[in-house]
Amino acid sequence: MSHIHMRKFVAVDPDKCVGCGVCEYICSYEKEKAFNPLKSRIRIVRLGLTVNMSLACRLCEDAPCVAACPRDALKQSEGSGIVLVDEDKCNGCGWCIEACDYGAIMLHPDKKVVFVCDTCDGNPKCVEWCPEKALIFTTKDVVAQRSRISAVKKLFYEVLRT
Amino acid sequence: MFGYAGRILRVNLSTGRTKTEPLKEDVAKKYIGGIGLGIRLWLDNSKPGIDPFSPENPLILTTGPLSGTIAPTGGNGHAFVSKSPQTFGIGEAKSHGFFGAELKRAGYDAVILEGKSEKPVYLWIDDDSVQIMDAKHLWGKSPQETEDIIREELGDYYIRVAAIGPAGEKLCRIACIINDKTRAAGRTGLGAVMGSKNLKAIAVRGTKDVSVAKPEEFLEFVKVLHERMKGPATVKYRTLGTPQNVLVHNSLGCLPTRNFTNAVFEGAERVSGEYLNMRFVTKINGCSSCAMRCEHIAVVPEGPYKGSMARVEYEPLWAFGPHCGVDRMDVIIKAIELCNYYGVDAISAGNIVGFAMDCYEHGILTKDDTGGIDLRFGNGEAVIKVVEMIGKREGLGNILAEGVKRAAEIIGKGAEKLAVHIKGLEMTGYDIRGLKTAAVGYAVSFRGADHNRHGAYALDIAGKTDRFKFEKGRSKLVIEIEDLYMIIDSLIVCKFSRGVYYKGFDDLARYYTLATGLEMTAEELRRTGERLSNLARLANIREGLSRKDDHLPIKVMTTPIPDETVSKGSYITQEELDFMLDDYYAHRGWTKDGVPTLEKIKELGLEDLAYIVEGKV
Repeated sequence: MSHIHMRKFVAVDPDKCVGCGVCEYICSYEKEKAFNPLKSRIRIVRLGLTVNMSLACRLCEDAPCVAACPRDALKQSEGSGIVLVDEDKCNGCGWCIEACDYGAIMLHPDKKVVFVCDTCDGNPKCVEWCPEKALIFTTKDVVAQRSRISAVKKLFYEVLRT
Repeated sequence: MFGYAGRILRVNLSTGRTKTEPLKEDVAKKYIGGIGLGIRLWLDNSKPGIDPFSPENPLILTTGPLSGTIAPTGGNGHAFVSKSPQTFGIGEAKSHGFFGAELKRAGYDAVILEGKSEKPVYLWIDDDSVQIMDAKHLWGKSPQETEDIIREELGDYYIRVAAIGPAGEKLCRIACIINDKTRAAGRTGLGAVMGSKNLKAIAVRGTKDVSVAKPEEFLEFVKVLHERMKGPATVKYRTLGTPQNVLVHNSLGCLPTRNFTNAVFEGAERVSGEYLNMRFVTKINGCSSCAMRCEHIAVVPEGPYKGSMARVEYEPLWAFGPHCGVDRMDVIIKAIELCNYYGVDAISAGNIVGFAMDCYEHGILTKDDTGGIDLRFGNGEAVIKVVEMIGKREGLGNILAEGVKRAAEIIGKGAEKLAVHIKGLEMTGYDIRGLKTAAVGYAVSFRGADHNRHGAYALDIAGKTDRFKFEKGRSKLVIEIEDLYMIIDSLIVCKFSRGVYYKGFDDLARYYTLATGLEMTAEELRRTGERLSNLARLANIREGLSRKDDHLPIKVMTTPIPDETVSKGSYITQEELDFMLDDYYAHRGWTKDGVPTLEKIKELGLEDLAYIVEGKV
């Protein structure tokens, strides 16, 4: 695999997402052995009646959550890009939460330290379980590739049909 | 306990006192949850013969043993049970979405709402903390506005709210309770019971874990159900949705049209599921934990009702469409949106408008009564106006808000003959004049006119039975589905998922045991379904209902289907109905008057309710 495809994250296609929250349930079970969306590393957002979208860590380059931590409790793995939390160092101050534009890093309701998607070591359960196949475990480059292909397909719809 | 939270919350709205009680394991297993547990709790917490709007009529809210788990469709249900202001028997309505799961996570299997608050309030359940909050500022608001305001003022956007609208506040007898903006506990007028308690809304935030007894096997089973949900059993709900029924019913001559005047609608194409999906559906949503998703969100793209948005199912579509002789989808979507706004059951609302139109066509109502509205069948604008009048209880709407049965009594002049209802509850979109297996299910349904208590229409429509002639022994088929549906509504799994339990009670018993850890066999669960069916019957008998209430609408029994269609000429005579009821009661082990015998009551472990049938058997 070329190195640009190292950082795989959980992407969501909002056109396919129906907001059912199966991802939340399976995530909380996988990580905490209980059904509880509050303990899920991926969260659904429904706006009005027609917009649904799940959100998980996007594995930012130079993740702002890591930069914001005053206690060096967060580290970003160089290869996979996942954010690792040192639970002994974290005191739940929440600066990382403020720094994250996506609400993807959260305070654990019991442990009172932050927690974030770790992609289940490259085999995310939410992607496996999504009934609508709205979740994709992929890289940003592939997301762009898919968008390009779909845009060109639309443009040349007539030609491709014949 | 696994699956269950093991707790019941009791809230006295008169005194403001709240307390929790344990849910005992044997009670849980015997009544499952949902409507089964709800009916039992209602019986145990009320006196016979109370007025539905009296503070003494408790409103019961329940979840099921699967609520709050990943169980597809089972994870998200809740039910309301109380004495219905429409039928004066037991009323129940379920809803899905996200509210039920949240209530389970807050740690409750049931909430018993007693008494009546002096002023408008809402209930705020924040895990173990339960508060009664002032709702003066919410009075008059729609359920959707109420939901938004409560989330904003309590400062948490994941709070789930079940609320009544202005109609519930005004004791409109068809008022419903709406959660998650578009999901309604719709039927039997329980929103009005909530309104009679001055209870505007129930807001819940639950943060506790929900655990099942055998998680690995449970997840394995859920995975199997996910696969099945992608298959043929649910394809209708995932594609066209229930509005697919329009053209099917039309071709079979069982699409009630113009208040059961016709059984075929000339405008069916324009209100079909096909047309709806092609032109209006913009998104299909799912409830919490569902693997099939069915919620067809439709938006009006142009015209006078541009921008109106509603979740559209067959029943409301039928009620405002064919039943009112209306062939305009924009009117139907707008009317459903208004029902959500005022908080009325869209099925009953559409029925009532159709009834009023029928009265107008027969000269029973005139422009003087309607406030100048030309209430002819097919007048879409008139439909919209009348729905608003019902929601606000304005003008004629004040009478119509009583439901067709009471409205007909008030209007008089023979309007009773045009009032299409059973036990006071308005009909649903099946012309049972030519669906005779369904007809017996409708007649005996404990909550009044309803297809969802028995599902027997499916046998008629699929051609598994002779739908024009009822023979001895047919009731057995109805009873089997009734008992299964009691379990479906008590576990609370969604009716749309019924086809994925390939082995029926076997699958559901396994589901129950894996979640709760309580051993349950298929036979035990079938028995439980029978127990719950009898329980509901006993509740109705306690409230004074009897064989005479197992009736069919007058139109169904006097007017043969007039259209040139396969069902032409079909209707149901009194003699036929009596034959059906005798057959049904006999197979139930009930007396000729439809009363469960002492023997039957004992057999089902309901001995403590024997007092209800004293002197009747």
